[in-house]
Amino acid sequence: MNSLILNAATRVLVALMLLFSVYMLLRGHNDPGGGFIGGLIAAIGFALYTIAHGTDATRRALRTDPRAIAMVGLGIATVAGIWSALAGEPAFTGQWWFVGGGDGDGGDGGDGGDKGVPLGSVLLFDIGVYLVVVGAVLTLVLTFEDGA
Amino acid sequence: MYRAGGGAESQEDAGETNAGRPGAALGALGALSALSAVPPAALAFGFATCLPAVMAGDVIRLSYGWVPSLGIDLAFLIDGLSLTFALLISGIGAIVALYSSAYLAGHPQLGRLYFYLTLFMVAMLGLVLADNLITLFVFWELTTVASYLLIGFDHTSAAARRSALQALLLTGAGGLALLAGLILLGTVAGSFEISEIVERGDVVRGNDLYLPVLVLVLLGAFTKSAQFPFHFWLPNAMAAPAPVSAYLHSATMVKAGIYLLARLHPALSGTDAWIWTLTVAGAVTAVVASVLALRQTDLKLALAYTTVMALGTLTMFLGAEATVAVAAAVTFLIVHSLYKAALFLVVGIVDHATGTRDADRLRGLARAMPITAAAAAAAALSMAGFPPFLGFIGKELKYEGALAIASEPLFVAGAAVAANVLMVAVAGVVALRPFHGPRSSTPKAPHEAPVRMWLGPVLLAGLGLTFGLAPSLIADSLVQPAVTAVLGRPAAVSLSLWHGINLPLLLSGLTFGLGIAVYATHRPLRQTLVRLESYLPMSGDRAWDGVLAGVKRLAAAQTRALQSGLLRRDLFIVFAALTLAVGATLLATGAVPAVPRWPDLLVTEWAIIALIVAGTVMTAVTPSRLAAICALGAVGTGIALVFVKFGAPDVAITQMLVETLVVVLMAVVMLRLPGLDRDRATPARLKDAVLAVAVGAVVAATLLAVLQAPVDRSVTAYFETTSVAEAFGRNIVNVILVDFRALDTFGEIAVVAAAALAVYALLRAATPKRAR
Repeated sequence: MNSLILNAATRVLVALMLLFSVYMLLRGHNDPGGGFIGGLIAAIGFALYTIAHGTDATRRALRTDPRAIAMVGLGIATVAGIWSALAGEPAFTGQWWFVGGGDGDGGDGGDGGDKGVPLGSVLLFDIGVYLVVVGAVLTLVLTFEDGA
Repeated sequence: MYRAGGGAESQEDAGETNAGRPGAALGALGALSALSAVPPAALAFGFATCLPAVMAGDVIRLSYGWVPSLGIDLAFLIDGLSLTFALLISGIGAIVALYSSAYLAGHPQLGRLYFYLTLFMVAMLGLVLADNLITLFVFWELTTVASYLLIGFDHTSAAARRSALQALLLTGAGGLALLAGLILLGTVAGSFEISEIVERGDVVRGNDLYLPVLVLVLLGAFTKSAQFPFHFWLPNAMAAPAPVSAYLHSATMVKAGIYLLARLHPALSGTDAWIWTLTVAGAVTAVVASVLALRQTDLKLALAYTTVMALGTLTMFLGAEATVAVAAAVTFLIVHSLYKAALFLVVGIVDHATGTRDADRLRGLARAMPITAAAAAAAALSMAGFPPFLGFIGKELKYEGALAIASEPLFVAGAAVAANVLMVAVAGVVALRPFHGPRSSTPKAPHEAPVRMWLGPVLLAGLGLTFGLAPSLIADSLVQPAVTAVLGRPAAVSLSLWHGINLPLLLSGLTFGLGIAVYATHRPLRQTLVRLESYLPMSGDRAWDGVLAGVKRLAAAQTRALQSGLLRRDLFIVFAALTLAVGATLLATGAVPAVPRWPDLLVTEWAIIALIVAGTVMTAVTPSRLAAICALGAVGTGIALVFVKFGAPDVAITQMLVETLVVVLMAVVMLRLPGLDRDRATPARLKDAVLAVAVGAVVAATLLAVLQAPVDRSVTAYFETTSVAEAFGRNIVNVILVDFRALDTFGEIAVVAAAALAVYALLRAATPKRAR
């Protein structure tokens, strides 16, 4: 679409949307958000970019085929799932680490409470979901734009 | 060609250049492929080492947990019955593997044949050793698949493909019935372990579900073991190469049904339904098949029908309770496996050496191929039941067993005598006549087969003679333990050549006399049978074709009706089906909701309703696609606002984002389509409108019904208490998605990724490649 305003605005908007999508992804465990929502926001950002600049520009910006992004996401989610199986628990059981905890003051290290900021395989899983959604939606958008 | 019988020429000449020549040097590849006989031979040896334990009455059992929550274990059991089968399967497997290395030497797909044969052998061994109904069923299905591949090995031949498919569909359908029967049986008996089920025979027989179990299990066994009226697939299955036929007809596949009947004998037998079904089906099968065998001129086809006859006989005797009847079945099982494998291999040699299998064209081959002729003669004498071969002992036992059957001795004995008379005649036609008398001209000059081919028949026929002369070799080691396993109680069995002058011996004499008379007159008899056959209105094979054609017509008709390819009509059918199914369920279960009281609404809520209604009306009436898409987006946004109002921010955000994407994607696609034809005929639009309103009404009613039902908050409470404590997250929706129900989410993202790939593939396939 040949619109100067859209072209100019998109560059800023897309950057903001991508940043916002990562924010939504990371906050998802405690507040509204998560991998699915984050992935949708990122995908809409790229869709906007596609409308303004065309599919070739989007492909260049992505640097890789969106199908690959989806597959990598699926792979990451799989790894997150079998992680616990390797640890001897049923697959997809959350595995946790606690960063910066253990000072015994019952402090504010996130929801691990005293134990620190919880980092876990579920975040990895959520990143996988994010990548699958981005890759799958962009595959649709780019294929439609190219082929239709 | 299989019905025509006459002039059936060989189609299996693939390996003739190499192996057919006498004294042909074993090529390096040939010698290597002969090594494939080693694993089955080693297995046979391994099973043989179990003999002393089984003779002593022990049962060897191995079990590994598979799906313990469903009571399904990978359990295996070696007792007399399974050991008898396992020895036959692995022993004949070794011989068949050795034979194939020469018979199909140089065949480009020899490796594939070995793979199929090995798969088949493993499946068959698993089947007979399984001690769990589900394990047994899995191997049962595996034999079906392997036999499909083997029968269709010559995949360039349409006849072979048809036969393979016929065997697959028929035994596969029987397998479905069997699965249902086995699950019912396991439920009735309270265990899926066969060794436990056979001890609860009275519980099974006393249950109301006994008859359904019996019918379903028998359907599986009868289709697999080619009992009348499912017998027709087996003769067709001889489209496979000779060693495969030998294997399929002697020790494997068709014996699976017999094995099942024998294995479940303690649990299911003894009722009138069991006795009469097995006796009558077996007797009819045996007599019909032996008549049909006499009618054939193709040696291989005649042998195939005698297999059906043998299966009928086995079924008939397994119907009985008497020890001697079951002993007759077990002994005949061994007799039959030995001579049938030998004869199929012999026919393969004859076919290979002369280029024909036509009984009328083959005479006087003995001079050219003396070893084969000797093996054929020994096997045929065992088949005909002449002393001192094992076949004689088997036949004496059959007559003794038939007379011992309390309920219908005359019927069984009559069927046994009739079938055996014809067996004597067919044995002469198949294995004696081609080798003796004046030399006839054949397409190729006959010559003796290489050692790898004649060794098997000689061994098998030799065993038939050895066991006949010294029946004690198998009496205590195999027959007695097997009979004990079939009956579920200790049984004494004695095998001997000489029983004294009694009724069975007299019947034997009668059999020989009549059999030789039939043999002497078999050519005019065959002409009569061919004439008679032309009066038959229907055969199983032709009925099969009719059924298949009917299924195809039905599939085509319902596809035309339901999947027209017009998007508009497809959607109409989908939504109409949804409305009818859900609406009918609502009415039938009385879940129609009460009309709720109209609530007091805030201004904002009225505004949301107005947005949704306006969007809906706009979508329905606008003449522009773009406007319709945007209006639809407005409806979705309105629904997202409802979620916001009622405290579901995650759902609201997702709905909003998806709505945005849908509008973008639909706009991209739809804008390339022609404009909306709003002036389409009014009745069609009226029909669409009625359906749309009906869908909306049914969905709304369902939602109301759900909301009016009492809410069980236990799941919610569980998540509320465990979300932070165990999963360290306050956003319960997301914690459920990525932790509690992560496997579900994983399935969903896999579907999303697959859908994207499918769209990509579809659109790329539909549009020519463009330069980028």
